[in-house]
Amino acid sequence: MSEQLNVPTMAELMAAGKTPDILFWVGSAGSYDDRAKKITKAFVKILNKAGVNFGVLGTEESATGDLAKRAGNEFLFQMQAMMNIEILNMYEVKRIVTCDPHSFNCLKNEYPGLGGTYEVMHHTQFIKQLIDSKKLDIKESDYKGKQITFHDPCYLGRANSEYDAPRDVLSALNANLVEMKRSKATALCCGAGGAQMFKEPEKGDKDINELRTEDALKTNPDIIATACPYCMTMMSDGVKVKEKEAQIKVMDIAELIASSQNL
Amino acid sequence: MNYLPNIIFAIALIVGFGFFAKNVKKLVRNIKLGQDVDVSDNKSQRWKNMANIALGQSKMVKRPVSGFLHVVVYVGFVIINIEVLEIIIDGLFGTHRIFSSVLPEAVYGFLIGTFEILAVLVLVAVIVFWIRRNIIKLARFWKPEMKGWPKSDGNIILYFEMVLMTLFLVMNATDLHFQEANSGNIISQFIAPLFSGMAESTVHIIERAAWWLHIVGILTFLNYLYFSKHLHILLAFPNTFYGRVNNKGELNNLASVTAEVKMMMDPDADPFAAAPEGAEDEMPAKFGASDVQDLSWVQLLNAYTCTECGRCTSECPANLTGKKLSPRKIMMDTRDRLEEVGKNIDANNGEFKDDGKQLLGDYITNEEIWACTSCNACVEACPVSIDPLSIIIEMRRYLVMEKSDAPTELNNMMTNIENNGAPWPYNQQDRLNWKDE
Repeated sequence: MSEQLNVPTMAELMAAGKTPDILFWVGSAGSYDDRAKKITKAFVKILNKAGVNFGVLGTEESATGDLAKRAGNEFLFQMQAMMNIEILNMYEVKRIVTCDPHSFNCLKNEYPGLGGTYEVMHHTQFIKQLIDSKKLDIKESDYKGKQITFHDPCYLGRANSEYDAPRDVLSALNANLVEMKRSKATALCCGAGGAQMFKEPEKGDKDINELRTEDALKTNPDIIATACPYCMTMMSDGVKVKEKEAQIKVMDIAELIASSQNL
Repeated sequence: MNYLPNIIFAIALIVGFGFFAKNVKKLVRNIKLGQDVDVSDNKSQRWKNMANIALGQSKMVKRPVSGFLHVVVYVGFVIINIEVLEIIIDGLFGTHRIFSSVLPEAVYGFLIGTFEILAVLVLVAVIVFWIRRNIIKLARFWKPEMKGWPKSDGNIILYFEMVLMTLFLVMNATDLHFQEANSGNIISQFIAPLFSGMAESTVHIIERAAWWLHIVGILTFLNYLYFSKHLHILLAFPNTFYGRVNNKGELNNLASVTAEVKMMMDPDADPFAAAPEGAEDEMPAKFGASDVQDLSWVQLLNAYTCTECGRCTSECPANLTGKKLSPRKIMMDTRDRLEEVGKNIDANNGEFKDDGKQLLGDYITNEEIWACTSCNACVEACPVSIDPLSIIIEMRRYLVMEKSDAPTELNNMMTNIENNGAPWPYNQQDRLNWKDE
C-alpha cells in the first residue's frame, strides 16, 4: 500500500527547488489517530490520482492550537499559531487544504490576525473543485443507490456556512442522499467540539454522540458520511453503542470518493 | 376645573416618560460597565443585519408557528401604537379623536379599522402564546432557569397585552359618536351591543375609563420593560446591529496575549527591559472574564436583549442530553449579576463596592462552562443575534489562564500540545509515520 502514496514534504520540495500548488495540512488527528489516518490516506490517494502538486509539512507541522483556544488557553493557542505561521510563511505557502474542519476554521479565521493569511479550503471543497474541473472523474460507483446521510461538522457548517460542498461531492456518487431532521444550520453537534473530545462529558442523561447517532439512524442509512476526524470518532462510537456497526458504516467523504474509484 | 383632566394627563405623561428616561439612563450606564470593543467595521452589513433580523424578523420565522404569531404581535404592536399619538394629543388638548376631524373620514375609518383587526389578531396570538406556556407547557418554557420571576414575567407581559387590546376595543365600542359614524368600527360594532342596555352616561363613563386605563396601561408597560425580558422590543435593534458580522467559528485573538507571546518568541527581546511607556495601562486586569465588568459591552447588551425564548437552549447539544448548561441561563445570569452590580453602584454613590461575589461561581458554575461543545447552535438559533458562546469562552479563558482550573484531562491534552505539538502524547518526529503504515 505504502509505495502507492506520494507524499512529498515541503522541505524535500524546497531542497529540489520546487513549489507545490497547495499545502495539505494533515492535522494532529489525521497524523496520529488510527481511524483518522485512513481518511488522510484516502485524501492523499485522491490528490495523487488527480495529479495535484501538493506538499505536507510532515514533522514540521504542529497542532494548530485550536483545541487549546477552545479550552480557554489563549497563550498556548497563540504560541502554536505563531510557530506554525513562521514555518508556513517561510515556505511561502499561499493555499492550504485540510480534512479537519477545526484546523480549517482556525487557519482560515484565526491565523490572519496573527500574521498568517492563506487561502484555506476544506477537503470537501477541494474535492468538489477537482470534480468540477474534471481532474477527478467519478465514473460508476459502488455507492449507486446506497442510502447515505451526511452529518454536518459544526466547524464546517454553522461556523463557516459551508453546507453545499460535501453534499455536492456526495451527489457525484449517485447515492441516495437522505437528510436528517436536524441538518445544515440546525445540525446537532457530534459532541466532540470545544475540546470535549479530550474529556469525559459532564453529568447528564445521555451522551451527545448517542443522540446524534439516533438522528442518523432515523434515516435508515447504509452509510453515515462525515467530513471531520472528530465527528468520525463520535459517530463510529455512537453506531457501536447502538450495535449497528454490522449494518451501518461511518465513512469520511474522502474515503467514499477514494473507494468508489478503487483507489 | 375644566382643565383638570388635561393637567392630570400631562402629569401622567411626564411621570411615565420621566421614569422611562431614568431607566434608560441606568440601562446605558450598566451596559457601559463592559469593556470597550471596536464595532465600527462592516457598517453596511450591520445595517443589513438589523433590517433583516430585527425589522424583518428573518430568524423568528425559522420556527413557523411561533414565528408567525410573533410577527402578528410585532406588526400589531408597531401599528396600533400610531393610535397612541392620537390619544396623547387628545389627552393634552382635551380634543376627542382629533385625527377624525383632521383626516378624511374614509382614511380615519380605514386606520381605526386596521387597528381593530390587528387588535383582535394580537389578542388571539397572545392567547395562543399563553396556552403554549401554561397549558401545552412547551419544554423550553419549563426549564429550571424559568422558575419564579422569569415564568411570571412571561405571563405578566401576555396579560398586559391582553388587557391593553381589550381596553382598546372596549374604548371604541363604547364611543357612541364613533359607533354612530359607523366607519372603522369593523370589530367594535359587534362589541357595542353588549353596552346597549346601559344608560348613555354609564357607557360614556366606561368609554372614559377604558381610554384612561389604556394610556396609563401603556405608560406602565413602558416602565415595566426595564425590569422585564420584554426589553427586547427596543434592544433587538441595536443588538442585531452590533452583533457578530464575521464567521461564527472565529474567536477573537486576545491582543494582550499576542504582545506577550511575541516577546517570548523574539530572540532579541530583553526580559529585563523596563516596560515601554504606557504598557502598564494596556495590560488587562485579568485574562478572560469572571464577572460582568470583564465582558464587553456588546455581551452585556446581549444579556439585556435576551427575551428568554429558549430557542438556544432547545438546540444546545449539552442541554438536550441533560447537562446543566443552558445558553439562555448564561444570558439570564449575566443580566441578573449586571443588575446586582448596578444596584451596588447606586447604593455606593456611583462606586462599585466589592461584594465578594462574581458572575462565575456565584451565578454560573464551572460545570456549565465546561459542558459546552462550542458548536454555535445557540448562536444560530437566537432570533436577535445573541452570542452566549463568546461569554462561555471568556470564562474558560479566565479559568485556564488565571486559575489553572481546567478539567484534568484537558490539562493533560494541553500539556501534550505544549510538549509535542499534538493533543496526544506522541512524538512530533512520528507525525508523518502514517505515510508508511
